[in-house]
Amino acid sequence: MKKNKWGMIALGLVIFLIMVTFPFWYGKGSKTPPPVLSLDTPVIHEMKEKRCVEDTSFMRANHMKMLNAWRDEAVREGHRQYTAKDGRTYEKSLSGTCIQCHSNREQFCTRCHDYVGAKPTCFNCHVVPGEVNK
Amino acid sequence: MTSNRRDFLKIAGASALTLMTPAVFRPVWAQDITRIPGQSITPAKALTAKRWAMAVDPLKCRDGCVDCIAACHATHNVPDFGNRKDEIKWIWTEPFAAAFSGENHAYYGQSIQNMQLPVLCNHCANPPCVRVCPTKATFKRPDGIVMMDYHRCIGCRLCMAACPYGARSMNYRDPRPFIAKINPDFPTRTKGVVEKCNFCEERLAKGLLPACVLACEQKALVFGDVENPASEIRLALGKRFNLRRRAHLGTAPQVYYIL
Repeated sequence: MKKNKWGMIALGLVIFLIMVTFPFWYGKGSKTPPPVLSLDTPVIHEMKEKRCVEDTSFMRANHMKMLNAWRDEAVREGHRQYTAKDGRTYEKSLSGTCIQCHSNREQFCTRCHDYVGAKPTCFNCHVVPGEVNK
Repeated sequence: MTSNRRDFLKIAGASALTLMTPAVFRPVWAQDITRIPGQSITPAKALTAKRWAMAVDPLKCRDGCVDCIAACHATHNVPDFGNRKDEIKWIWTEPFAAAFSGENHAYYGQSIQNMQLPVLCNHCANPPCVRVCPTKATFKRPDGIVMMDYHRCIGCRLCMAACPYGARSMNYRDPRPFIAKINPDFPTRTKGVVEKCNFCEERLAKGLLPACVLACEQKALVFGDVENPASEIRLALGKRFNLRRRAHLGTAPQVYYIL
């Protein structure tokens, strides 16, 4: 009986260890390729020099912080003009600025948000012109 | 090589001419680099005021005219759920007895009893909705506009209870399928968010008057700065007798009815 008890405990510990380490070994070796973001929109095609409001690495790392800041400054303080690092000025507007170029939400925004598991709610209200029910 | 005066002037003249070249011929290297959408060309020519207000002259309204309502609701993606219970209102009409319940009595004739007044958010100077909002989603701007930040609204509806004018509406359902034609320049709302008239602050920022004011062919709506003694609205308010809705409640409403 006593031996049996230790056996059960060991078995329980093994099961526990398997479950705790599950995320570390499950799917090891298999790779999910990072998403390919499409810049294939009419407006971007027409641009001779392809550039965003700020440089790509900054936008990639900080677009969410920038959009949150734009949101608060434009709505609550009425400051609607953004001055970029290079001195150019832009309207702080998701629909008026960002979406004019990045009009392919599915292939640009959603693809990466799905990959990193981010669920922004911007487009519950903000409208991508091409997706409007006319 | 020695140059005489004549040669010197020729070279100087030719050199001066080349300065004009980029302006006249615009070669590739002289063209401005690509401008991207949203990039400002000129600083915004926003309309500004110390205190925005509106004067309504309901006697000018045509019978059954809904131009102001249609213009507003199309501009701001206001949904039509098709029933009174869920109705979303930014600007709408009320009979005299409902708009001015305190001023009504039994001896007014049919013409006054049947009068339909355009009513909207009064953008009170002392707004009860702002006082009760727990998230500061509703706030008063320095220019007097009582504005909503839909991002912060949690749908608690305290503001609806506080507003004595019924100027606020709750989206009990997802409004998007109920919008006839979405205007992509203005966001829609989402389920669980309260909305109301914003005095077209997004149009003022672009230098445009409110949509309802421009839509009114009878010029029954006057919009302007009441703190500016030379403004059209001040002249209208100074000349004719006018009332504000339920002003005795102390909300200091800023929509004036010229009667």
